[in-house]
Parts: sequence; structure tokens; C-alpha cells
Amino acid sequence: MKIKPQMKQKIAFILLGLAAILVIVPVVLILAILIKRGLPAINWQFLTEMPRMGMRAGGIFPAIMGTFCLVIGAIGVALPLGVLTAIYLVEYAKKNWWTRMIEIAIVNLAGVPSVVYGLFGLGLFVIFFQFGSSILAGSLTLAIMELPVIITSSKEALMSVPRSFREASLALGVSKWQTIRYVVLPNALPGILTGSILGISRTAGETAPILFTVAAFYLPRLPKSILDQCMALPYHLYVLSTQVPNVKPALQYGTALVLVGMVFLLNIVAIIVRAHIRSKKQW
Amino acid sequence: MKTKHLLSGILVVAVLFCINSLVFAKESENSIQIKGSDTMVNLGQAWAEEFMIENPQTSIAVTGGGSGTGIAALINGTCDIAETSREMKPQELELAKKNGHNAREFKVAIDALAVVVHPSNPVKQLTFDQISGIFTGKITNWNEVGGNDQKILVLSRDRNSGTHVYFLEHILRKGNDKGPEQFAPEVLMLPSSQAIIDEVSQSQSAIGYLGLGYVSPAVKAVAISKAGGGPFVLPSLDTAMNKTYPVARPLLFYTGRDPQGTVKNFIGFVLSEKGQEIVRTMDFVPLGDKA
Amino acid sequence: MRKIREFFIEKIILLNGFACILFVILIFYFLAKDGLALFKFITIQDFLFGTLWNPLAEPPQFGILPLFLGSLVVTLGATIIAVPLGMACAIFIGEIAPRWMREVLKAGVELLAAIPSIVIGFIGMTMLSPIVKNLFHLPTGLTALTGSLALAFMAIPTMVSIMEDSISAVPRSYKEGSLALGATHWQTIYRVIIPAASSGIIAAIMLGIGRVIGETMAVMMLTGNASVLPKTILAPVRTMTATVAAEMGETVRGSEHYFALFAIGLVLFGITFLINFVADMARHRKKK
Repeated sequence: MKIKPQMKQKIAFILLGLAAILVIVPVVLILAILIKRGLPAINWQFLTEMPRMGMRAGGIFPAIMGTFCLVIGAIGVALPLGVLTAIYLVEYAKKNWWTRMIEIAIVNLAGVPSVVYGLFGLGLFVIFFQFGSSILAGSLTLAIMELPVIITSSKEALMSVPRSFREASLALGVSKWQTIRYVVLPNALPGILTGSILGISRTAGETAPILFTVAAFYLPRLPKSILDQCMALPYHLYVLSTQVPNVKPALQYGTALVLVGMVFLLNIVAIIVRAHIRSKKQW
Repeated sequence: MKTKHLLSGILVVAVLFCINSLVFAKESENSIQIKGSDTMVNLGQAWAEEFMIENPQTSIAVTGGGSGTGIAALINGTCDIAETSREMKPQELELAKKNGHNAREFKVAIDALAVVVHPSNPVKQLTFDQISGIFTGKITNWNEVGGNDQKILVLSRDRNSGTHVYFLEHILRKGNDKGPEQFAPEVLMLPSSQAIIDEVSQSQSAIGYLGLGYVSPAVKAVAISKAGGGPFVLPSLDTAMNKTYPVARPLLFYTGRDPQGTVKNFIGFVLSEKGQEIVRTMDFVPLGDKA
Repeated sequence: MRKIREFFIEKIILLNGFACILFVILIFYFLAKDGLALFKFITIQDFLFGTLWNPLAEPPQFGILPLFLGSLVVTLGATIIAVPLGMACAIFIGEIAPRWMREVLKAGVELLAAIPSIVIGFIGMTMLSPIVKNLFHLPTGLTALTGSLALAFMAIPTMVSIMEDSISAVPRSYKEGSLALGATHWQTIYRVIIPAASSGIIAAIMLGIGRVIGETMAVMMLTGNASVLPKTILAPVRTMTATVAAEMGETVRGSEHYFALFAIGLVLFGITFLINFVADMARHRKKK
């Protein structure tokens, strides 16, 4: 029985559609499970109190603050570094072997396993620079992890600024750097912003790099300096789900929900900003 | 350009925070860093919480990572107290000495290790030899030890755990810590005692070991005898304290020098009646009359 | 004055450009510094091909073959699941879905990519593992398959976005020519567009594989961590990444075990370096 090509197409398209649904469904499912089981635990105390009773009660405030510190520290280093690298690649680099090497290096940094970053952070920041297990070491490790994301999105943002802008500026006698600073960068800023948000959301969720470089099981007070350790949400979730006995499941799901909620919020903001840029583009 | 102002605002705050920390932060005299055993980390935290309520000036940070991490931190001088569920090895003591730290050992509690199986498992008692055989892979079927005809699912903690090391040296190797016995490759290495409870409670053929404090009604502890005919004893607070239960290990604090000041007070607290009461509430075994 | 300032600024930018190369070199250096120190104690063959991983034995055994194969099995399983799903999804998004659905699906895929691996490990541990256990009547749900399933969903977003980019990059003339000749849309897709996008698709698959091999937390919580030579996907395995994360706590800095873990890190770095290098080559060749 020969199936008409049109029928084959219909079948194929339905299967493909099913596949797409199959991919999206887990996102919805995971969110639903987390909300259903975690929401009961979330209240103002949960978000603002310190953990008590061996972390079986109380809140997760230090973990939230810790993640916040790490993220700010990481983006504080990665953003300038990444944007400057992107500026170099887009505005100054010539198409030679060196540039190719840089691009390969970026791709590689993006692909290095997170636990290898942990080892690297341990070797370089904790031991060699003697920062010890600290927010400084953790942030720097996370910053290098974030770098490829920032560079790639900044590159795209810079490249999307039309050449005519640059050419007009240069024709008016403005120097190259000033053109970049006052003409190109402001126009590329939204795209760079999107990239930063995505980078932040990635760093906030990582566990392996902070295992050896900063994560503390329990801190009674918030960190006082960047040479202190800190708690962090992903590590706290790991601890609650595997190290602490007899934890109420709601607490675990609640922590997971806060983490995922934070990450999703950042991503949605980035997506919206990006859509906004695309629609507002005047060129 | 409101975003620019917001961003610069955040940047300024962050920089100020860093400057403040680097310039003004000092290791305060009243802070203690405790690192080490994951088995003890909850106990350490409970002690810390109580001590800090009574002494609001102090600040105690507790980190896990395994007994090995604590010892490594002690050797490197990055913690005040290393809490461990095993003794420091001779080469570790050497390394510590080389770095100028004379390690002092304090027994602070006792941990009874329970060997647990699924509640429906007919096996109720095992000898050291049998347990060693099961975990080294010599015994593979439950019917070899009086149970059903089922392949044994063997669970263990992972190697970073002092519990793992203790079990290896004292049960598998029967006290000879340099013996040839090894956990069989088929043994699952789970990241935590909680994971072991979860697996054992869901699998009829599973066997695992963990601290008495983790045992819940979802699993069944097996009575153990050191020798073949000898009395089979179930683990409990009493049998661990009167030493009739053979699988009990000391939980230790190591300091890098003779304890002074806050550290001394803390250890005093831990060894006091109140501290030992906390040991009991955390489901470990207090030291009893004589430490 | 301004010229001098500009000069300095441009020099700084130049230095920054090379920062990434510096970091890659640094990572390699620090891994190698401690990783290669292992080979004062054992031979490279014993390390790479030894079948027993027993760091606490006397003398300690550091054979990573079971760990390597464990990583391999989990990765292969994840790839087999992820590639068809990923391709189907990419094709659907790129060619078939109407515009409004396309944006929704792309956002959905991005959100999937954003879920932290620890959360996937957590959910997998509490929900997926019992399902696998009951479905296949296994003694435990912590198996290579469980890991593969979870990891597939972590690799799919990477694959989908790159594949979808490649598919969109195929010149419209190809598509229009094919349709003009009377082919159906579906025939055009699998006979013209996919082959034209093939190098991008291959690159996507490789990058997805790279992501999976490097995953740590999810596998540590889901695969049972038994250092056996894997014989079936329905049994526990131990991956290289989980080994490093799990055992680092126990080691004393400067001990053989410590070096061995760094050596594993070196192997991981080497593998992902190779994969990324090849994938990048494939993408670049296509661009020409």
C-alpha cells in the first residue's frame, strides 16, 4: 500500500510536534511539582530567617544571601572582562590565526565541565593565591565560568549595531575608542544586558564549582567579608536532600522552588528584554 | 538612562562592601571554624546553635565535606576544630606537625553504626564475618546467610565519608586497617546516609550501614555479633553506651594546638551534661560516665 | 593627552582579548600540575586501563576504566535519547511551527536549559528513580539509564538551539527550489534542508555530548556510583565527574588520591577540549 507523500508529511509533522511537546512537558511538569510540594513551605519567615534545628526548620536566608553575593561578585568580574574581550573581537581583531585561537578558547571555556572548574578554582584561587575557601575564590571561579556567555552575547550585541553608525561617527572625526564608547556601546547595551542576565542565571544554579571553593554547610551569621565562606542555594538544596536526616520534604521542595523561581525569573526577564530590543530596533 | 544609574549604584555598593571587608574584617577572637565529618555535621551544628544562644558574642561556622576535608583544613591551618568520625592517620599527624600544628584529640560522642535491611527481610542477625563477606562481594545471595533466594543489593557511603573508612577498616578488614579487603566494585556508593535509608526502605534485597541517628522505622537494624556463636546485639543507645554492641566508634574533635579561649569553652560545653544531652537528642550516643 | 589615554585603553582591550586564551592555559596548567604528579606513583597505563578504582586500598588502585566507561555509557544513553528528540524538536520549531508557537517553544526550550542541574538531580532522585525501578523491576532505581534520561533533557536544549540555528541558516533558495520541483514540505526537509545543515547538526550533537560528559551533580545523585565495569544500562555505574566531586572531601592535599582526582579532571578537560575543537571545526567549515 503506497502512502501518498501528503499523508507521510502529515504523519511526520504530527510526530515532530509530539517530540516538541515531549521536550517542553518536563519544564511544565517540574515547575508544577515544585510548586505543588514546595509552595506550602514558602512564607516570609522561610525567606528571611536563619535555619534552625539542624536546618530542619527556620529559613534559608543565608543561602539566598550567599548566592546573591556570589552572583554579584562573579558578574562584577565577568562583565567588564567579557565586554572588553567582545569589543576587541568585534572592533579591533583582524581575521588572523590569533583571533581564531581566541574563539576556540572561548568555545572551550564554555564546554569545560563544572567540576573541572571546581578543581581549577581550588588549585588557583583557594590554594595558590591562598584566598582559602571564600566568597572571593568562589566568585572568581564562577566569573571565569560565566565569561563565554557574556562574550558571546556581547559580541552579537556589538555586531548588530550597523556599520553605518560607526562610519558616520568616524567620518565626523571622532576617534575609534570614542566611537565605541559613545556610539556603539550604548546601542549594544540592551543585548549585553540580556547576556549578563543569562550569565547570572547560570551562575546562580551551579553547585560543583562552589563545592571546593566556598560552600559552607552552616553559617550562623552572614558572611562579614569576602574572605569568608558562605552558604549558597544550590549547595543548600544538595545538603537538604542528601545530608540532613528527616527533613520535611516541603522544605526541600521549597528551597528548590526558590532556586528555580529565581533562575526562571531572570531568564524570563532576559527573554522579554530581548524581544523588546528586537521590536524596537530602529534599523 | 535610568538603568545606567541603577547599575552604577549596585556597583558602588558592591565595591564598598568589598573594601569594607578587606580593610576592616579581622578574624575575631570569638569565632570558631569547624570543618569535617558529614556524619557529625548536624551534631556540630546543634552544639554550635546552643552554644551561641548561651554566648551571643561567639560565632561558630560549621562545614561538612567529609572527615578528610576537616583534617586537611586542620593541617592547612584553615579551621579551629576538625570534627571527624575516624582517627587521624599517622601520615596526617606527621603533616600537621610539619606545618606547626600539634594535633590534640578529644572524644566527644559515640556513634553506633547500624547495619540495616528492608523490614520484610527475614534475616535478623549477622556476624562480622558474614557482613565482611557481603560487602567484599564474597557472599552474593541472601540465602547464604539464612534469607531468601535473592541477590544482595549492597549499599555504602562514598569514600569521602569517615563512616565509609571506619566500616572498611573495622568491619571489612576486621580491625586490620591495612588489610587487603575492599568494598566490591558492585557496591553502590551513595552520597549520603539519607540516600541509603531511601534505597533500603524501598528495596527488599538491600543492605546498608549508617549511623544509629539515621535509622528510621522505614528500615530494620540487624543484630550483630563479633564472633560466630557470640551474643547478637541490636544497636541502641543503651547497648552502645554499655559497649555490648560491637560496632560503635568514637566521634572526635581535633584541634591544632592546646585549646584556648573560645575553643576551650566550646569543647568544655560539648563535654558537659548539656552538650551530651544534645548528643542524645541528635540520636548519637553520649560518652557515658567515663569519656 | 587624549591620545595617550586612548592608547592605554586600546592596549587594555587588546590584553583582554587574549584573556580567554590565558584562562584556558591556566586551567590546563593547574590540572596538569597536580594531575601529572600522579604518574610518579603509577604508570599511565595502570591509570587509563586499570579496572579497579580503590583509592583506599593498600596499595591504592587508581584504574579509571570503570569510571570512564561509566561516563561513556551514561553519555551514550543520553545521546541516543536526546538526538532524535532534539532534531525533531528543532525541525518542528524551525520549519513547521507557526510564528507564535515558535516563540513559545523557543522560550520553553530556554527555560529547560536554565533549570539547574542540582534541581534535576533532586527531582530525578525523588520521582524518576522510583519510576525506573518499578518499570524494569530492578533492585534499585539508581542506574545508568536514570542518569541518561535526566541528562538527555539537559542536553536537548543545547542541541535544539544550535540545530535550529543551522536549519534557519540554510538558504531559502534551496527550500524554494525543492518545493518548486514538486516536493512536499516534509520531503524538502529531510532530503534538502537537513543535509544542507548537516555540519551544524553534527556540531550541535557534539556540543550536547560535551555537556553531558561534564555533568556532575545530577549523575552523582542518580547513577548509584558503583565503580563496576558497566555491563548493562539498567545497573548502577560511576562516572568520572561524580568520582571527583564525591571523593575530594576525603583526600589530604598532596596525597596520591588528591593527584589522582586532578588526573581525572585532566582527562575530562582533554575530552571536552577535543569535542569542542572538532565541533567548532565542523561549524566553521560549514560557514565557508
